[in-house]
Amino acid sequence: MTHADHAIVVEDLRKEYGTTPALDGLRLTVPRATVQGVLGPNGAGKTTLVRVLATLLRPGGGRAEVAGLDVVRDADAVRARIGLLGQHAAVDEELSGRQNLELFGRLYHLGGRRAASRAGELLERFGLADTGRKPVTAYSGGMRRRLDLAASLIMEPEVLFLDEPTTGLDPRGRTEVWEAVRGLVGGGTTVLLTTQYLEEADQLADAVAVVDHGRVVAEGTPDQLKAGLGADRVDVVVRDPARLAEAAAAVGGAAGAGTAARAGTGTAADPGGVTVDRDRRLVSAPVRDRMAALTATVRALDAAGIRAEDIALRRPTLDEVFLHLTGDATRNARTTDTTGMPEATTDGAAV
Amino acid sequence: MTTHVLNGHVLTDSWTMTRRGLTHWARHPVRVVVGLAFPVMMLVMFAYFLGGGMDVPDYREYLVPGILTLTMAFGLEGTMVALTQDLNKGVIDRFRSMPMAPSAVLVGRSLVDMLESVLSVLVLLVVGLAIGWRWHGGAGEALAAVGLLLLLRFALLWVGIYLGMVAGKPELVQAVQILVWPVAFLSNAFTSPDTMPGWLGTVAEWNPMSATAAAVRELFANPSWSGGGSWVTEHAVLMATVWPVALLAVFFPLAVRRYRALGA
Repeated sequence: MTHADHAIVVEDLRKEYGTTPALDGLRLTVPRATVQGVLGPNGAGKTTLVRVLATLLRPGGGRAEVAGLDVVRDADAVRARIGLLGQHAAVDEELSGRQNLELFGRLYHLGGRRAASRAGELLERFGLADTGRKPVTAYSGGMRRRLDLAASLIMEPEVLFLDEPTTGLDPRGRTEVWEAVRGLVGGGTTVLLTTQYLEEADQLADAVAVVDHGRVVAEGTPDQLKAGLGADRVDVVVRDPARLAEAAAAVGGAAGAGTAARAGTGTAADPGGVTVDRDRRLVSAPVRDRMAALTATVRALDAAGIRAEDIALRRPTLDEVFLHLTGDATRNARTTDTTGMPEATTDGAAV
Repeated sequence: MTTHVLNGHVLTDSWTMTRRGLTHWARHPVRVVVGLAFPVMMLVMFAYFLGGGMDVPDYREYLVPGILTLTMAFGLEGTMVALTQDLNKGVIDRFRSMPMAPSAVLVGRSLVDMLESVLSVLVLLVVGLAIGWRWHGGAGEALAAVGLLLLLRFALLWVGIYLGMVAGKPELVQAVQILVWPVAFLSNAFTSPDTMPGWLGTVAEWNPMSATAAAVRELFANPSWSGGGSWVTEHAVLMATVWPVALLAVFFPLAVRRYRALGA
């Protein structure tokens, strides 16, 4: 593939704040008309990457091209071809949704009449047409984000940057934004989406780059990444600590992990296998089929005569993803916000 | 970052940004009225509550130029708050990610704030006339007085833009809002520095606000309530020009550099 086939080309990108590297030789290529997820914990360099690509921040070294244009040399031309949805809803809260879109339309030099008609179209498309003169302060979080997204799309950008678009939104707002983003992809826009949530990348992205310490540590489709993780996990809290090893064998077998239990005292262990946390009397094992695994686990424990206080299915945490990808066990202490995604399924279902 | 100050859209974009400010006024008429009423309230309070205790003839004639100057100084915080909010809400990031003239953000801000100050001056002059203040000089001198007031406002506007970008956080904005008071009162706005303890009086005399207030009094031919003699009071009009120009010479480049450094 040549550069012409790529909407975004990032080569050896560097940026330092003081002596702390935020981007440390990051490389990434994004084919046109795809959704690229950039997954990583707080402080991994995701926002710095977006700010450099959106011409808001001058890189310290390396090179970045967006829509075939250099983000430093051709910053003005890049600006005419991108849309940016930053971490905060970057709209004028004192104005109405329509006034916001007209303001931004004029600043894109559409002229008054076209700015007004474009504002009308976008309000309609994002379900904000009936908000009337209401100022943005009266909007819900989801509505604000949709308006923000509408403002990013005034010029039908070739490349759209979404920096943690659903952070701080309730589940309904999140669904609204996801639906809006999905609606865009058909139109040939290239989307670069940063997120802390594996599930979000899974929902929206064609390809995911896992970023840590300002570098890409893993790349692949969401399925490829998840396949390596044993996807979901079953957690069992055992009543009698003396029977933890037995329980680990039972749960591991039932969940289909087929990996021998490895006793440990901390929470960290091989995330691909069964883990045992003695302090919390917790056995955790990866599962292939959520529902089948849950039933099998209950049966296996019952057959072995082991009493469980709690059994729950959950998604792997971002910690576990990183542990798996980087083998860096010290990370547990660093990221407190792990998956953060509320479980709509059987989380905490006690047996 | 290629920051073309003149990228061909400066005028249209600045006008769009100014219109944005005017739309804020239209959406919050009460806030505009309160903003205009605040200096009027100060004027009336000082004229009627304290004026009686002032041992000077025609205290109101002395007071109106003082309040006019004070209002120019207080405008600083409005500029600061507006800029801090845009920065914190990420609105400036959006502007900077768009192919608009980068300077339009600050030019628009200053136009809106200057318009507000012109309105403020007009309202105060009308209320001043209503409570017995008069100007005794010519029309040209009166215009020069208004010009010097707006020059001070313009200089402080760029101080406000710079501080707004430096402060960043609302708490620091609040600190400046409080500090404006002693700085404003340590001047000849309400009383002659001759009445203050020695060194304080000297500081008050050299306060840029004192220069503007004294110059405005001179041009309106209002009483100056000063024993006279000190160099600054003798050269009020000169100082009322030098001070704002000096402030601009320092803070305009600082503000512009700071704005550009948002991308560093």
